[in-house]
Amino acid sequence: MKQSEASARVLIAVLCIGVVLVPFLFWKQTPMIRARMAETGGWSPAVIRARVGEPLHLKFTSEDVMHGFAVGQMALAAVDIEPGKVSETTLTFQKPGIYTFYCTRWCGPNHWRMRGTIEVSGAGSGNPEPASRPLYVDLGLNLDTPHPADIIPVEKPSASRGQVFLSRVPDPSTYQSTGTYRSHSPVQIFMDLGTTRLTDLQRWDVVVAIWAQNTSAAGLADGKELYAQNCAACHGESGAGDGVYADTLAAMGAESQVGMSGTREMSIKKPVNFTKPDLLGASPALLQGKILRGGMGTGMPMWGSIFSDEQIWNLVAYLYTFQFK
Amino acid sequence: MNKFELTRFAFIKAALKNRLPQLALIVLLLAGFLFAIVAGILGTPVGNRNFGIVFVWIAWWAVLILVVVPFLGRGWCAVCPIPVVGDWLQRGAILEPVSKKKTRLNLRIPAKFRNMWLQNISFILVALFSSVILTTPRVTSAVLAALLFMGIGLSMIFERRAFCRYLCPVGGFIGLYAQTAPSELRIKDKNVCAKCNGKPCYNGSQLGAGCPWDVFPGGLTKNTYCGLCLECMRTCPYDNIAFNLRPFSTDLEKPSGRMDEAFKAFIMLGAAMVYAYVFMGSNGILKLAAYHIFTPAWFAYAAGFLVFLLFFLPGSFWLTVKIADVSLPVSGRRFASASTALIPLGLMFWAAFSLSFVLTNATYILAVISDPLGLGWNLFATASLAWQPVLTSLVAPAQTLVLVGGLIWSVRTAQKTAPQAGVSAIPVAAYCLAASLLMLWLLI
Repeated sequence: MKQSEASARVLIAVLCIGVVLVPFLFWKQTPMIRARMAETGGWSPAVIRARVGEPLHLKFTSEDVMHGFAVGQMALAAVDIEPGKVSETTLTFQKPGIYTFYCTRWCGPNHWRMRGTIEVSGAGSGNPEPASRPLYVDLGLNLDTPHPADIIPVEKPSASRGQVFLSRVPDPSTYQSTGTYRSHSPVQIFMDLGTTRLTDLQRWDVVVAIWAQNTSAAGLADGKELYAQNCAACHGESGAGDGVYADTLAAMGAESQVGMSGTREMSIKKPVNFTKPDLLGASPALLQGKILRGGMGTGMPMWGSIFSDEQIWNLVAYLYTFQFK
Repeated sequence: MNKFELTRFAFIKAALKNRLPQLALIVLLLAGFLFAIVAGILGTPVGNRNFGIVFVWIAWWAVLILVVVPFLGRGWCAVCPIPVVGDWLQRGAILEPVSKKKTRLNLRIPAKFRNMWLQNISFILVALFSSVILTTPRVTSAVLAALLFMGIGLSMIFERRAFCRYLCPVGGFIGLYAQTAPSELRIKDKNVCAKCNGKPCYNGSQLGAGCPWDVFPGGLTKNTYCGLCLECMRTCPYDNIAFNLRPFSTDLEKPSGRMDEAFKAFIMLGAAMVYAYVFMGSNGILKLAAYHIFTPAWFAYAAGFLVFLLFFLPGSFWLTVKIADVSLPVSGRRFASASTALIPLGLMFWAAFSLSFVLTNATYILAVISDPLGLGWNLFATASLAWQPVLTSLVAPAQTLVLVGGLIWSVRTAQKTAPQAGVSAIPVAAYCLAASLLMLWLLI
């Protein structure tokens, strides 16, 4: 064999092998978190490991539609993840623990299933904080029991009017305390106010005034933003249960799993309508539980690992705005 | 206008006769081809960000259908990387003369397959699944790899380039449209070939391989089956092979009258129209049907596609010719010869269709060249370039111009070829007009 032939063979072989091998090595060495709609796999990988105090550099790409990345209970601006493009962020964890990361974009009917965990190990500036017992657990509330409002206001009650009538309530601090507000539904407080000489509408106004005193403009703004980002896709912007995925969820309900008792009571349901008076039968503690735990098969996600306690209370306060003014 | 021999210039002849420039280009394209396969597998599954999709179906296609085929005919086949590995294995060498020792089966393709029908089938198969192939990197990779392995496999069993000549889904239509190109490879003097002993251009010699395309250059009258591999230029002991410039569509002046080529023309014409409607149009239901392969909707789409290409277009052409003269028997050779005018029409249909998506998607090429695998690279600082259709205001006028040009070209061709088939040029021209108006409506 002539030297030129041998050289050509070697050159071509090296080029062909190189053009396959080099991209493979680069691909192998580039850790990438791939986002896909939950129906086709969600996050890959869904479990990330990190060390306390060590920067965790993450690269993301979407393989289908627009997604977003955020870590639950962590002050971090959401990272948008566009199809085919690469987004990056760097996180540093101060405490060990298991953190939940999630998709922040409405990527599909099962968007809320797009979750993963970051397992942070090592000695940090503090130990993982044990989760405090939620109020609904302390109160022994059954989250799945219906909470109808037996009595409803004839018109939307007003906080500003309620402030005036509150002074006519004997020992108002009993009702104004955060403990009472969170553990009682508006209907319960309305009933308790039955010993006063206020008219029904005035009593409803006082109920709203108590709600207003237990929240703030900033808290409501936070709740509104959280609602828009995480709840409106199903429950609707106006709270009427008519979000863009509402019909999809309702259609899925018929095909979703049957509960252990053989009934469909736990199957996916049409999202709750917050403009219906039933909301007045639910205490903040009950709503906190529903948000924190989720709907257990009904399609309502659990937000306990995503939202902080403060965020949940702000969100609960915001939900009542669909009934109050 | 007479032919103009480009190889009369010494440097052009030297460049064409020298194997190295062509080999270098082929090897580079082979590397690119392999990289496209790898990118399809390892890279982002988002098509418009993947090298495999963007460089094969946008960049390569644009160069092929808008430049190479119209002007160089089978110019792509001259440097195509798909058959080259099979060639090397068949010859047992890259640069050295062909081994006289026959180490492969070297079977001859059975006579019934020595035509364009298999290429018609392979093109239709690719076309039926094109909505997925053209948009899904892994599927593109699978198709490219399959073509490569088929090329190698067939070269191990059959003599010469059986894959290119009889099976390649692209090679068929390139060959058909190469007849319109203003360039050709031909012998200079027939008598020299007649007297030549051993016919090294066909049988090979120490200077090069025998024609891989199974063509005897001495009898070459059309571009259809000449792959421009240039081996005959290297092996001809009498320097009797020339590369010429010539008027457009010279080969069409004498229709081949072959039914396989006629159906290739109908298939290409119809596929361009279906693509224009399905991929560029606004019919969502049809798009979904084309994309969701193996669903009942897709089977309905596939049935419609096949009926339109294989029955409606040829059938309506037959009817048009027949209505013009009911007493005239229109079958076989006459039908095939009469349809020659559809060849330039089809080429222009494809050019018009390609203009829209090539100009619309050209910016993806710049983005992908910086980050071919979607790993976050920015090699040439163009990775973050936003998608921006270019020259959009010129697309519709350019398409119209191309279609009108194609109509004029096809009518002129019909004027020359229809009488040779014994039919009037008027119904053929009317058919071309109707098809052009339909295509114009579909595109604009």
